[in-house]
Amino acid sequence: MKIIVLVKHVPDAQFDRHLNGEGYTTDRDESILSELDEYALEAALQLAEARGGSKAGNQVIALSMGPSGAVNAIKKALQIGATEGVHLTDDALSGSDAAATSLALAAAVRYLGQSSTVDLVITGMASTDGETSLVPAQLAERLDLPQVTFASSLEVSGGRLTARRDADTSSETVEAPLPAVVSVTDQINEPRYPNFKGIIAAKRKSITTLSLADIGVEPAQVGFAGSWTAVTNAEERPPRTAGTIITDEGDAGIKLVDFLAAQKLL
Amino acid sequence: MAKVLVFIDNPGAAVKKSYLELLTLARSLGEGAVALNGELSDGVAAAFAEYGVNTVVRPSAQDLDDFLVAPKAAYVAAAAETTGAGIVLLDNSPEGKEIAARVGIRLNAGVITDVVAVDADGTAHKSVLAGSYNTACRAKTPVSVVTLKANNVAAEPAPVPSTPETVTVEVPAGSTAAAARITAREQKVASGRPDLTDARIVVAGGRGLDGDFGPVEELADALGAAVGASRAATDAGWISHDAQVGQTGKTVSPQLYISAGISGAIQQKAGMQTSKVIVAVNKDAESPVFEIADFGIIGDVFDVLPQATAEIKKRKG
Repeated sequence: MKIIVLVKHVPDAQFDRHLNGEGYTTDRDESILSELDEYALEAALQLAEARGGSKAGNQVIALSMGPSGAVNAIKKALQIGATEGVHLTDDALSGSDAAATSLALAAAVRYLGQSSTVDLVITGMASTDGETSLVPAQLAERLDLPQVTFASSLEVSGGRLTARRDADTSSETVEAPLPAVVSVTDQINEPRYPNFKGIIAAKRKSITTLSLADIGVEPAQVGFAGSWTAVTNAEERPPRTAGTIITDEGDAGIKLVDFLAAQKLL
Repeated sequence: MAKVLVFIDNPGAAVKKSYLELLTLARSLGEGAVALNGELSDGVAAAFAEYGVNTVVRPSAQDLDDFLVAPKAAYVAAAAETTGAGIVLLDNSPEGKEIAARVGIRLNAGVITDVVAVDADGTAHKSVLAGSYNTACRAKTPVSVVTLKANNVAAEPAPVPSTPETVTVEVPAGSTAAAARITAREQKVASGRPDLTDARIVVAGGRGLDGDFGPVEELADALGAAVGASRAATDAGWISHDAQVGQTGKTVSPQLYISAGISGAIQQKAGMQTSKVIVAVNKDAESPVFEIADFGIIGDVFDVLPQATAEIKKRKG
């Protein structure tokens, strides 16, 4: 199987995150592999391993779009077990919204499918920075592929995939023919950590760098110019400040109700 | 006047509050039409008239629910073209956002999710990076697609009810060809409590409950609230994963969020930072949740919650 996993380099949510400069883009210092992408990678590795792994010709390609630092997300994916990395990077991509991002990623997936067919594109359920969840669906629409989103289990056999997903009022079993796009939740598996062997092995794995010219996308189709939305203003919210803190002296439940009554919340 | 299309998916016998909020917003932006999937019951038809809907669009195909997202998106895009909508409004559920994503590509339209307000000129407001920024954004395209978070618009009937006309829109042939098919569906048992994402009040429990969600559920029921949980509590199997609030669960912005026995790690805060009022109960005075709580109680949830529940019942008579 040939599986592409989309990985993203995002600001670490443990620290303060900032919007800067033209179009209020996210400051990407202190960035890491998006936590939710680790589940996508694990799902891909399990599918590949069940079929004999890389020795049997199964490929798990970690694809990331982003500036130079994004290569760190790819390196981490290689350490965890991806067989190769692809870094789509171009100055013109800066400021791309979901529509422009999905356009560039769709072109990259088509490019990677020239040598041999891509069977699956697996993504996380959302990035941990933009959190729009738009890109997987837009990628599927652009590639005209069936798409299963928010999969909490995933099986592939006989050229079809079967997944479970949880909606608010029901649990569903879903089937689609390959190739397909799948986004997975954090319920699907327990991602592995890179081990020493993996870290050493990653040094020998190749990372291919692609530019917009390589994938046949014009600079005007992406970035701020090609985006269909624009952020026109961003204001840092004053941090929430602590209000009244009391220690329970046997009547805190009643004081809580007094507070709710005073706020007209009862 | 701008034409605004609202997508309403399987409303059943009555239109739920978050959809009424969409209809109210639509009316403030222009002439409202509805793209309906599912049955048009009498209750739903009455609500559409009450909320001033001009046109109700229905799909030519009946099997949209047999597939995942893609055919619904194709239908909504076709309905937008038929009604000449400049703005398409959807709810902010995961499925609402996915349909919006695909409608955007089909209509060459910018998509803005997690929106809390839309100005008359189409500027949408949302909060990003776990509530640390408020942003304004605009679609640069002739059509824009917006998903609205619940509880941010007050649902209000139109001053004068309308008499909506009904039109049928052809669902594009081929939209099911490349779609994933739903082969089995198990309905979940309804809790009788409000939906977590729509609820005006949320009571959420975490590690401090030590496996016993009883006090959280009883307080929630006394307040008419939804029950939420931290990831630690859902991972421990104390409560269904559906209840998870946070970065990898649901984002909520209720009027009141009561956090019980939750330390308030960043991922938790991310899911509830935009709640209007936050109350926290936790034994550990060092819990980060106290940094953002409007009212914090350092105390045992098993003492404080039942006492509050009893007091609320007493006052409500």
